[in-house]
Amino acid sequence: MKVAMLELRRRPGRFAPALVALVLLTLLLLVLGGLLDGLANGSTGALRAQPGQLLTYSADSKLSLVRSHLDAATVAEVGRVAGVQQVGGLGVVLLGAKVPGRSDEANVAVFGYQIPPRGVPAPPDQVGDVYADRSLAAYGVQVGQTLEVGPGRYPVTVVGWVRDTDFLLQGSLWGSEATWRAAIASARPDAVLAPGTFPVLTVVTAPGTKPTDVAAAIDAATGGATHTVTRGEAVDSLPGLRQQRSTFNSIIYTTFFVAALVVALFFALLTLERIGLYAVFKAMGASSRQVFTQVVAQAMIVALVAFVIGGLLAWAASFAIPPEVPLQLTSARAVEVLVGLVVMSALGSAISLRRVVRVDPASAIG
Amino acid sequence: MPALQLDNVRKVYQSGDEEIVALDHASLEVGDAEIVALVGPSGSGKTTLLSIAGGLLSPSEGRVVVAGDDISGYDPKALTRFRRDRVGFVFQSVNLVPFLTARENLLVVADFNRADRKAAGARADQLLGELGLGRRKGNLPGQLSGGERQRVAVGRAFMNAPSLVLIDEPTSALDTKLGEQVMELIVSEVRARDTAAVIVTHDLRMTHYADRTVHITDGVLESSG
Repeated sequence: MKVAMLELRRRPGRFAPALVALVLLTLLLLVLGGLLDGLANGSTGALRAQPGQLLTYSADSKLSLVRSHLDAATVAEVGRVAGVQQVGGLGVVLLGAKVPGRSDEANVAVFGYQIPPRGVPAPPDQVGDVYADRSLAAYGVQVGQTLEVGPGRYPVTVVGWVRDTDFLLQGSLWGSEATWRAAIASARPDAVLAPGTFPVLTVVTAPGTKPTDVAAAIDAATGGATHTVTRGEAVDSLPGLRQQRSTFNSIIYTTFFVAALVVALFFALLTLERIGLYAVFKAMGASSRQVFTQVVAQAMIVALVAFVIGGLLAWAASFAIPPEVPLQLTSARAVEVLVGLVVMSALGSAISLRRVVRVDPASAIG
Repeated sequence: MPALQLDNVRKVYQSGDEEIVALDHASLEVGDAEIVALVGPSGSGKTTLLSIAGGLLSPSEGRVVVAGDDISGYDPKALTRFRRDRVGFVFQSVNLVPFLTARENLLVVADFNRADRKAAGARADQLLGELGLGRRKGNLPGQLSGGERQRVAVGRAFMNAPSLVLIDEPTSALDTKLGEQVMELIVSEVRARDTAAVIVTHDLRMTHYADRTVHITDGVLESSG
């Protein structure tokens, strides 16, 4: 092990090809992962922040927040189901917003809510007041500013910031039910919902109940007029999210595989080059395990160093990328890349095991 | 108890359908603290004999006893332990690890042995001091002369306090003068530690350093004197 470390320290150039390749792969993995997280979080924040374990949609909505609508009678029915502790209406309208001092429009999702999502205060009392997601700061939005939303230029005033509540990659604005209804009325009069009618309900279940049982009970109680799902299912049903995840994950897993191949090829060549040295080690009493441990240790350390350099490069790149690119570098993703890279490097270097085991100590002599 | 005892050792290699006898019923006894020179032409079986004595190869037939332990039936793991604990090698081409300093080249042996690092460090310093390399211990092999490298290799062979040192063509790459110096060094180190040694050489001028010379031709130990 110590020999492996000393070689890395004294002959870093020898490992440069593998290091450079792994740095580039780390950068790729972090950027891809960051884009996936940015896209996913920017699409799902509003639903993930919902306080209820369940979300109730109209049965014909195909779990679309925009297509769904539940009338007042259904809302009341849901509230009466055993196991339901609290029900709150949730509405959204997607609009363009004119930000003072900017020529372009920011895309926003104006929400009206009854039960505050996580991290969002209670709905503002004043109609027209909203909390804005911090992501809108990139578009010049500031607290105290009045934005004009939709073609009717409905004015909303930002009274505070909230975090991680965006919806379908649009910055969210959170106001009272009245604010949301007024924004719809101004922008799309034909889409105005009757009083008491909401697109979706967020349902808080009573302690000790199983959310999926309560969901089934709600749908039974409404005679099949509703489709109630868990928060996670609601998130997964957002358009394109699953396809987005599977596409990015395919690329990410392929990149991990390439990393393992790079390490495998590099250390296979290095092992070939060192057969003489390993024979001497074995002649002096080193076991195959001791020799192989050195190979694996070197591969893992190279991966670790590559991760640090690649991580710094990705971090620097995140400042150079324009704000509309949803790159989000998270510590969870970094840990996943680090673990994945180190494990794949260890697996890649394991290709050399057979060769190390077959090194004949007798070849050290003569 | 002899340091090394070979009884009727035979080593046969298979090459296709053909059997190649590298050692043919070889018997040899090397006494405690005795230095034996093994001389013979290329392909005569010198290296095979050395490899069998050092546990690098297992004999096809016969018995190999080192310091009272019969190693003939040892499995590869046991042979690894045996090499680590009981024998020291000085290789023909020195074979120092190029990216380790002289001191670290000695400590490698202790690393494989999982020996106490402090004690191993003290032993390495002592050996290098005795070999006149006290001031060169921090140098890499590439920064040492041929003779100095050879001395490091000798120090490495003694690092695990072996009962038997096996030395392969120590002067083959050196001129006569340097060869004499290296042989003097090896012999003085072997004698200073009361260790037995087998020195393989094709250079008859070096045999006078040994207590006894054994000739080998076509795998047969011919004579001793």
